[in-house]
Amino acid sequence: MSKILSMRELVPTIYEAVVEAPDIAKKAKAGEFLVVMPDEKGERVPLTIADFDRVKGTITIVFMAIGTSTHKLAKMKAGDSYYAFVGPLGHASEIENYGTVVLVAGGVGTAPIYPIAREMKKAGNKVVCIQGARTKELLFWEDKIASVCDAHIITTDDGTFGRKALVTEPLKEVCEREKVAIVYAIGPVPMMKFCSLTTKPFGVKTIVSLNSIMIDATGMCGGCRVNVAGKTQFTCVDGPEFDGHQVDWDLLTSRQRIYVEEEKCSLQRYVEQGGRE
Amino acid sequence: MPPKKERVPMPEQDPKVRAKNFLEVPLGYTPEMAMEEAKRCLQCKKPACVCGCPVNINIPGFIKLIAEEKFAESARKIKETNALPAVCGRVCPQESQCEAKCVLNKAGRPIAIGRLERFAADFERNNNLVQIPKKAPKNGKRVAVIGSGPSGLTVAGDLVLLGYDVTIFEAFHKPGGVLMYGIPEFRLPKEIVEKEVDYLVKLGVDLRLNEIAGKTVSVDELLGEEKFDAVFIGVGAGLPKFLGIPGENFGGMYSANEYLTRSNLMKAYRFPEYDTPIVRGKKVCVIGGGNVAMDAARTALRLGGEVFIVYRRSREEMPARLEEVHHAEQEGVQMLLLTNPIEVMGNDKKMVCGLKCSRMELGEPDESGRRKPVAIPNSDFIIECDLVINAIGAGANPLLTTTTKGLELNKWGYITADEWGKTSKPGVWAGGDIVTGMATVIEAMGAGKRSAMDIHEKLMGVKKIAAAPEALPEDMSCDKK
Ligand SMILES: Cc1cc2nc3c(=O)[nH]c(=O)nc-3n(C[C@H](O)[C@H](O)[C@H](O)COP(=O)(O)OP(=O)(O)OC[C@H]3O[C@@H](n4cnc5c(N)ncnc54)[C@H](O)[C@@H]3O)c2cc1C
Ligand SMILES: Cc1cc2nc3c(=O)[nH]c(=O)nc-3n(C[C@H](O)[C@H](O)[C@H](O)COP(=O)(O)OP(=O)(O)OC[C@H]3O[C@@H](n4cnc5c(N)ncnc54)[C@H](O)[C@@H]3O)c2cc1C
Ligand code: SF4
Ligand code: SF4
Ligand code: FES
Repeated sequence: MSKILSMRELVPTIYEAVVEAPDIAKKAKAGEFLVVMPDEKGERVPLTIADFDRVKGTITIVFMAIGTSTHKLAKMKAGDSYYAFVGPLGHASEIENYGTVVLVAGGVGTAPIYPIAREMKKAGNKVVCIQGARTKELLFWEDKIASVCDAHIITTDDGTFGRKALVTEPLKEVCEREKVAIVYAIGPVPMMKFCSLTTKPFGVKTIVSLNSIMIDATGMCGGCRVNVAGKTQFTCVDGPEFDGHQVDWDLLTSRQRIYVEEEKCSLQRYVEQGGRE
Repeated sequence: MPPKKERVPMPEQDPKVRAKNFLEVPLGYTPEMAMEEAKRCLQCKKPACVCGCPVNINIPGFIKLIAEEKFAESARKIKETNALPAVCGRVCPQESQCEAKCVLNKAGRPIAIGRLERFAADFERNNNLVQIPKKAPKNGKRVAVIGSGPSGLTVAGDLVLLGYDVTIFEAFHKPGGVLMYGIPEFRLPKEIVEKEVDYLVKLGVDLRLNEIAGKTVSVDELLGEEKFDAVFIGVGAGLPKFLGIPGENFGGMYSANEYLTRSNLMKAYRFPEYDTPIVRGKKVCVIGGGNVAMDAARTALRLGGEVFIVYRRSREEMPARLEEVHHAEQEGVQMLLLTNPIEVMGNDKKMVCGLKCSRMELGEPDESGRRKPVAIPNSDFIIECDLVINAIGAGANPLLTTTTKGLELNKWGYITADEWGKTSKPGVWAGGDIVTGMATVIEAMGAGKRSAMDIHEKLMGVKKIAAAPEALPEDMSCDKK
C-alpha cells in the first residue's frame, strides 16, 4: 500500500499526486513508469514517473482523467493509499551529453518530459523545450519546465497563450535553424506521430514513449505489443521509449481501441453509480 | 485381500449448467464417500504410491485417518509434507503420479488419492480447524523467496517451520503464481489459494506483494544490504510464445497468458463489476492442445462463445490431462485436430475476423517420438471467428535473469541448477518452471522442497535426509531420481 501524501487538480481533468514510495524513489530514473491500481477491482494502470525525490522517498505522478481507472485515481485524496503501486518499470531514458536536445511535450506529456529535461540539462546538453496544450487553461508545470531548459517555447492550439500553433511548427523551425542531436516527443499518439514525421526529413533521431494498453507490465502477457522496425516488441519491457521513425502508428492506435465499447460501458456505469462528482 | 470395489466417483456439476458459470466443476466427496474410498486402501507396508508423489506425502497415513473419521488430523498429516493439499488434490496429474504407482492401479482401480487429499484439506479449512503447527525456534537466518507460485510457497512453508525468517517477494498484487493468474476459478477456486497463502502468513512468512525482483529490488541487494542469507528464485515461465504467423497483432488475438490473466487475476469475467475488460468472442479459436489450451477454451465457452480447439497433431498427442479434455468436450468445446493455423485474418478495424488453417496428416516420428504433422497441399480453409487465443507454450521471462549477474542460464534462458536447485551464483537457489520449463504444480513444489532442504544443510549444517523425517512411513525410502 502506497500512501498519497498530496493530491491536487493541476488544471481541469489533469491531476498530480505525490506518493510515499521510498523503495521505488530510491531506484527511479527519468523515462521509467509505474503500475498503479486504485482499488482491488481496478485495472493495472501504467503511468510515467513524473518526478521523484530520493531523500524524501516520494514519487510524483500526473494523469489525465479519461476513463474509469483514471477517474477513480482522480477521486482519491491525500491520506488514501493505492491498492498497488509497482515499479520502477521499463527502460530509463538514455541520458548523455548529446549537444542540442529538443524535448517536445504535448498535454499531459509535459509531466514525463520534465525529469528527462532535468537530466538532459544536468548532463550538459543545450535543452530546448517545446510545450504544447490545447488551450491556456490546460497548461501546467510551465515553471518547472522553464527551470530545466535553455529555451522554452509554449504553443496553444487556440492561441490563448504563447504561440498559436501545433508543437510541430516550432519543432520544424528549430531543426531548420540548429544542429539538433536528438528529439524526445511525449504526448498523445497523433502528436508523437507527427513530431516523428516532422523530424524525419532532417534525419534527427526521435524518441517517443508509447502508451499501449498493459496488464502485468513485466513481459508476461504480450498485450502491450507494438511493431517497431518491423519487429514485435513489448512496450513494458522493451520500451516504453522507441525510435519514433520506426513505430507502426496505425497498429498502436488500433490496439488502443480494442476495448472502446467496454470502456464506454464501464465509465457510464461508474458515473451512474455516482462515482464521479 | 484386495477389495473388488470400484473407485467412489466424485459428483460434478452438470455439463450444461457449468458451461455457463465459473463455479468449480467437481463438487468433492461427502464424508461418507471419503470414508468409503479410504477404506479401499490396503495400507501397504511399502506403499508404492508414496514414491509416485514428488513430495512423498505419507499417503497411507493420511488415508487411514480419513477411514477412522479423523478428517482434520488427516489434513495435518498431509501438511507435514505438503503445504498446499487442497490445490494438489485438485490439479495434480494423479494419473501419472501417485495413483499411477498405487498397487490397485494394476487392476485399474487405484485409490482416488487426489480426491481424498482434497477432501481432507477442504474439511479442515471449511470447518475452521486449521492449526498452526509447532515451529522450530528462530535460527536467526533470513531467506528471500522470489515469486509466490507453488515452488516459492513450498520453500517458504518448509523454511519458516524450520525457524527461518522468510520473506516472499511477488510482482503481482495477489500471491499464488499460476494458481492465481493461470488456472481458472472453475478448476481451482481462488479462495482456496488465498486461504493456503494465509496459512503461510499465519506461520510467520512475510509477504511483500507488488515488488518486482530485478526492478524494485535486485538479487544482489537482497544478499547485500537487505542481509538475506539465501535467495530462492521461483519466478515461473512467464513469457508468451507467438507463432510468428501474419496477423498476430490484431485486436482479439491473445496469448493464453494475457487472456487467462485478464480473466483470472483481474476478474475480467466479472466485467464491468471489475474494471478490466476482455474480448468476449462469439466464435473462438484456441490454438494448442495442453492444459493451458483447455483452460482458455473452457473460459471462452463460459464467456458465451462457440469454441474450437485448433491442434496440429491428433488427439493421442494432446499433452493435456485426460480429464481436462474430457471436461472440455462434455461442455461443448469442439476439437479441430490435425489443423495448423497459418494466418490470423483481420477486418478494417484491425480486429480478428478469421483464422486461416491448413489440414495436416501424420508423417514420420520426430525427436520427441511423436509423429510429425505435415501439411496436406491445397487444404487451406478459413474459420470465421472474432477471438483467437494462442496457447502454444511459454518461455523463460528474462526480466529477473538478465538483471542478475553471475546466474548461469541454458540456451533457452532457463536458470541452470543442480538437482537441489543450487545455481551458479553463491547463495542463490532456483526451482520450478524457471529451471525446468513449464511443468506441473507438484514438480515445482518438489523442487521447492529439495531447495529448502539444501538451504537448511548449507546454512545450518543439517543433513538433507533428516530434514523431514517424521513424515515418511518407517521403512520408506524412495530412490531420489
Ligand atoms: C508506459 C505508459 C505510461 C503512461 N503514462 C501516463 C501518464 O504519465 N499520464 C497519463 O495521464 N497517462 C499515461 N499513460 C496512459 C494511461 O495509462 C491511460 O490513460 C489509462 O490507462 C487510461 O485508463 P482509463 O480506464 O482511465 O481509460 P480507458 O477507459 O482505458 O480509456 C478511455 C478512452 O481514452 C482513450 N485512451 C485509452 N488509453 C489511452 C492511452 N494509453 N493514451 C491515450 N488515450 C487513451 C481511448 O480513446 C479510450 O477509449 C501511460 C501509458 C503507458 C503505457
Ligand atoms: C493455464 C495453466 C494451467 C495449468 N494447469 C496445470 C494443472 O492442471 N496441473 C499442474 O500440475 N500444472 C498445471 N500448470 C503448470 C503449473 O501451474 C506450473 O508448472 C507451476 O505453477 C510452476 O510453479 P512455479 O513456482 O515455478 O511458478 P509460477 O506458478 O509461474 O509462479 C511464479 C510467480 O513468480 C512471480 N514473479 C515472476 N517474476 C518475478 C519477479 N521478478 N519478482 C517477483 N515475483 C516474480 C510471478 O508473478 C508468479 O506469481 C498449468 C499452467 C498454466 C499456465
Ligand atoms: S501431492 Fe499430488 S502427487 Fe502427491 S499425493 Fe497429492 S495428489 Fe498425489
Ligand atoms: S499403494 Fe494404494 S493401496 Fe497401497 S497404500 Fe498406497 S494408496 Fe493405499
Ligand atoms: S503488459 Fe504484459 S507483456 Fe507488457
